[in-house]
Amino acid sequence: MLTCKEITRLLSESQDRKLKMAEQMRLKMHLAVCEGCSRYKQQLNFIRRACRIVVGGGNGPGE
Amino acid sequence: MSGGRLQQDAPYLAELRRDLLRFASLQLRDDQLAEDVVQEALMAALAGEEDFSGRSAMKTWVFAILRNKIVDAIRQRSRSINVSSLSPEDDSLDQAFEALFEPNAHWQPESRPRAWGDPEEALHQEQFWAVFDACLKHLPDNTARVFMMREFLEFETNEVCVELNITSSNCHVILHRARNGLRRCLEQTWFGPGERAC
Ligand SMILES: [Zn+2]
Repeated sequence: MLTCKEITRLLSESQDRKLKMAEQMRLKMHLAVCEGCSRYKQQLNFIRRACRIVVGGGNGPGE
Repeated sequence: MSGGRLQQDAPYLAELRRDLLRFASLQLRDDQLAEDVVQEALMAALAGEEDFSGRSAMKTWVFAILRNKIVDAIRQRSRSINVSSLSPEDDSLDQAFEALFEPNAHWQPESRPRAWGDPEEALHQEQFWAVFDACLKHLPDNTARVFMMREFLEFETNEVCVELNITSSNCHVILHRARNGLRRCLEQTWFGPGERAC
């Protein structure tokens, strides 16, 4: 099983390249049992979403 | 809306200029240069005769012009900087990252990522965006540069590598450092102590 440290790298890379099938499996297995890494994933998703809003030029989805 | 109509709407123009300036200065990290590219982008927009169905189409168009100007400015500058060199600030971000884990590379109990409550709510708050900008500005220059090319200018990762002349594995390392730095900064300054994973 991958360590949490390795998982954080994989989570970041998943935003930049398509993960290999084996990587996806290992990621999924880890996230199923690790709350810390699951939150890490949510946080990275949130950061990406915030960046998308900045790119849209608005201050929020309401605009 | 044509360029002519935009010109007559001073309050809207001021607001648009403020948004453009924020976008440019975050990425260029040079206020003077940011002023210059925003000025150029606005001039180009005002000179255009294109018709837009509304403000949002107009805004998208001006941002697209600005994006190209920023990319040009980054290209020009990237010839003179070495993005792969590690600054002391990068080094300290890496050390802070390492410190999140136990020797067995699993989370330290006190640094395990926390629940951020309802982060969607934050996106509607003016104050949150001030914190978000401050956290971005807090990232080391080169790390921020790579991150913003990827996330704001929406380059593919391999394009970033080519533009900045770095290897793809280095690119992944830098993006990971940026995201973790940003995550930690937001957690510490906005989301607060929160509830910990047990
Ligand atoms: Zn984990």
